[in-house]
Amino acid sequence: MRYAMAIDTKKCVGCSDCVVACQTENNVPIGFCRDWVTETVDGTYPNVNIELRSERCNHCDNSPCVRCCPTGASHFEDGGIVLVTHNKCIGCGACIESCPYEARYSHPDGYVDKCTFCIHRVRKGENPACVSVCPTSCMYFGDLDDPNSEIVNVLKNRKFNALAPEAGTKPNIFYLT
Amino acid sequence: MKTRRDFIKISAIGLGATAVTAGAAKAVLGSSLFGNDSENETENLRRVPTYCEVCFWKCAGWAHVTEDGNIKKITGNDDDPQCNGRLCPRGTGGVGMFSDPDRLKTPLIRVGKVGNQTYREASWEEAFDYIAKKMSDLKAKYGPESMALFFHGSSGNHFSHLMKAYGTTNLAAPSFAQCRGPRDVGFEATFGESVSSPEVTDIRDTKCLVLIGSHIGENMHNGQVQEMSEAIDKGAVIITVDPRLSTAASKSKFWLPIKPSTDIALLLAWIHVLINDELYNKEYISAYAEGFEELKAHVKPFTPEWAYGITTLKPALIRSTAREMANAAPSVIIHPGRHAAWYGDDVQRTRAIAILNALLGSWGNRGGIFFKEGIKIPEFPHPEYPKPAWSWKDLMDGKYPLANEAVTNSVIEASYPKDGKEARIKGWFISGTNLVASVPLKEELQKAMQALELIVVVDTMPMEITDYADVVLPECTYLERYDDIRATAHREPTLCLRMPAAEPKHQTKPAWWIAKQLGEKLGLGAYFNFKEYSEVLDWQLKQVGSSLEELQRIGVKKSSRKTSPYIEPGADHQFKTASGKIQLFSHEMAEAGFDPMPVFTQHPEPQEGFYRLIYGRAPMHTFSRTANNPNLVALMPENSVWINPGVAKIWGIKKDQYVWLKNQDGAVSNFAVKVRLTERIRWDSVYIVHGFGHHHKPLKFAYGRGVNDTELITNVMMDPIMGGTGMRGNFITFLTEDPRKEAEA
Repeated sequence: MRYAMAIDTKKCVGCSDCVVACQTENNVPIGFCRDWVTETVDGTYPNVNIELRSERCNHCDNSPCVRCCPTGASHFEDGGIVLVTHNKCIGCGACIESCPYEARYSHPDGYVDKCTFCIHRVRKGENPACVSVCPTSCMYFGDLDDPNSEIVNVLKNRKFNALAPEAGTKPNIFYLT
Repeated sequence: MKTRRDFIKISAIGLGATAVTAGAAKAVLGSSLFGNDSENETENLRRVPTYCEVCFWKCAGWAHVTEDGNIKKITGNDDDPQCNGRLCPRGTGGVGMFSDPDRLKTPLIRVGKVGNQTYREASWEEAFDYIAKKMSDLKAKYGPESMALFFHGSSGNHFSHLMKAYGTTNLAAPSFAQCRGPRDVGFEATFGESVSSPEVTDIRDTKCLVLIGSHIGENMHNGQVQEMSEAIDKGAVIITVDPRLSTAASKSKFWLPIKPSTDIALLLAWIHVLINDELYNKEYISAYAEGFEELKAHVKPFTPEWAYGITTLKPALIRSTAREMANAAPSVIIHPGRHAAWYGDDVQRTRAIAILNALLGSWGNRGGIFFKEGIKIPEFPHPEYPKPAWSWKDLMDGKYPLANEAVTNSVIEASYPKDGKEARIKGWFISGTNLVASVPLKEELQKAMQALELIVVVDTMPMEITDYADVVLPECTYLERYDDIRATAHREPTLCLRMPAAEPKHQTKPAWWIAKQLGEKLGLGAYFNFKEYSEVLDWQLKQVGSSLEELQRIGVKKSSRKTSPYIEPGADHQFKTASGKIQLFSHEMAEAGFDPMPVFTQHPEPQEGFYRLIYGRAPMHTFSRTANNPNLVALMPENSVWINPGVAKIWGIKKDQYVWLKNQDGAVSNFAVKVRLTERIRWDSVYIVHGFGHHHKPLKFAYGRGVNDTELITNVMMDPIMGGTGMRGNFITFLTEDPRKEAEA
């Protein structure tokens, strides 16, 4: 089982619903976030294009954050989900520095926090909160090892890329283009 | 340490990436609302049905309530066709309306004279006594018609009922003259009915969607956003006309970066091409429309070459897009838009849009515009309303003959002595609309506020308008109250319930209770013949084959249609116009003294050093009402002014610099606004998201963040047909130093 997410940039309108749904679902303190939206503008008026991307932890196969964690708080869970065990985390911040996606932040309660792929929902067979709420239905979550999953299907039929491939982290968030 | 935001700049592919969401790793506002249990597997949540009140779309959802009575989150109801289980960011963040620490908490009564913005806390009893006495005095002195209600949203229903029982029909919503009014009147003049709300556009099944200044995706009208996404999936052609590369434009096959204020020229050229190249739906037009020959003769001179010089859009592009529409017809939508009060000739522009839809045969066809069907909820029994001696129509001195809803501006102008004439309106009741930000008539509002004998404001938040009130009544949020059944007429008839998910915080009360209590004080108890609003809802629901108990359980009840959403093949369909035919040539307009077919009017252009002010929406905010919502502030704390980098270079303005804006009449923004340099905007225009720049200090998050476009809209271009306040004829320039500091020195 390898959990992954594909996000269709052709449909995303950058509304940030994923951000606020994550906040309320996961009690993320206001002023912080586990996911966020970026906009890339390319060209000059009127030959101009934009790409909107909902970004978060890439739950990388080769995660620098897990490797550098001195206490083992950052670890892999079932399906390759990268998690932080709060009471093992000493808040040293090594993982924050190591992450090429800046997906982690220091929670005011003293530990490092980030996207969990809503593992508490996934274990119940539900989608992560961001995927469930998206008004444009532009996000697909599923198991790359399941040949019948929607995510495998969209990745088969669409062009896609991942962020910062040069970092060699083998990320599991894919952007359909 | 680099921030996440900085990182994105370096790593993103292409140029100029910026984080849209304020997600930098630093605490900006407040702290956790719900404690720190982030491993939330053990939470035991109870769900309560509601429908959203953050905007007019009113998506049905569930409030998820913790064991200790807090609202943790709100999610969409899967059965609601308006949201399909997916709320928009504002709906998801609606919980912030409930938790906002700056909410109005108790009734307030002004201390001392009008203009003195000092209040004391009062009991509900005291507040009602004050208002009832004043309203009784006004009724005795000037008649009940001297009271006017300004309203927006669900609470307006309860106060409309109160006002009608009291004896006035002066009930004005800014959503008419400041927003959708021109569009509704334009479509009514053509098809005999408006496109309603939510709009009856069949975007889901369309093959071609044409957006003219309508920025779906930035205006987060949920069902439409969802359907546009579905249409993209299905390969629909999107054509977007906008001087700005809107989000929708970026997803379009054709983006027409039109010169602002010239839309009618483009529309006429499109009509010309459809007729001249015989691309229109001949069968449909001959069966259902009248005035075609007049229209054909009228548009003869309006060639794409003619429009090119006006719109800056190449003739070949105008022709090819017209052909795209014709290829898709009748599964094509020239979207009617929503906020249509732009240049004062807005009914004519929306008439041109309606005519285009008619020529393509879209109304009554799949993928075009469908016929709605709904369930009518009967009124709870009450005595007949008294018949008022006069109404808002009598305030307009023969102006705006096609206005079919009260025109806010006319009511405002009738609220102070003018041209030696006594004011006819003496008291205001304001529910859920921050008139200071929603109506661009600052001076007139000031005069009215000074002259009025009573102003009551009911709101959940201390908005700017509450500072003008004699009495402020704190309403509880939609998450803490019953309201009327949402009975939606759309693809499927739908009934939705809103019920309290939590006890009202502080001393706040629901609108129905406020109206009832005040009604009883005014001797109108017979109009409020119930103890709890749940009795009203249960009675109403039982009349239509449901019950309160049922809706409390399921939240949303859909019924199947009895009529077809489309014209049946070969049917002799009658449109709701006087003749039953679509009016390409409008006799109604001709009789009222207006152009029976749309004409292009040249509008003023910016002077050197000035730029046209274009405003719009961001998906995370609604009007000025969400700028203090803690959850939504975190997503977008302030607006910015979009400036083309070429323009910025001339001015030496840098990215993220704060500037003040001054308009053609010398009006200066209250606050400075952050510069966003972007190639998404033309060099003759700037763009601002509406709803920021609050100057009311009790709004602790929103105060001083960004600018309020309304204060820069001093040139209002009135639509003579229905009183719409065109707001896009304003031009701004940049001030890099604080102008108020200079004045002080």
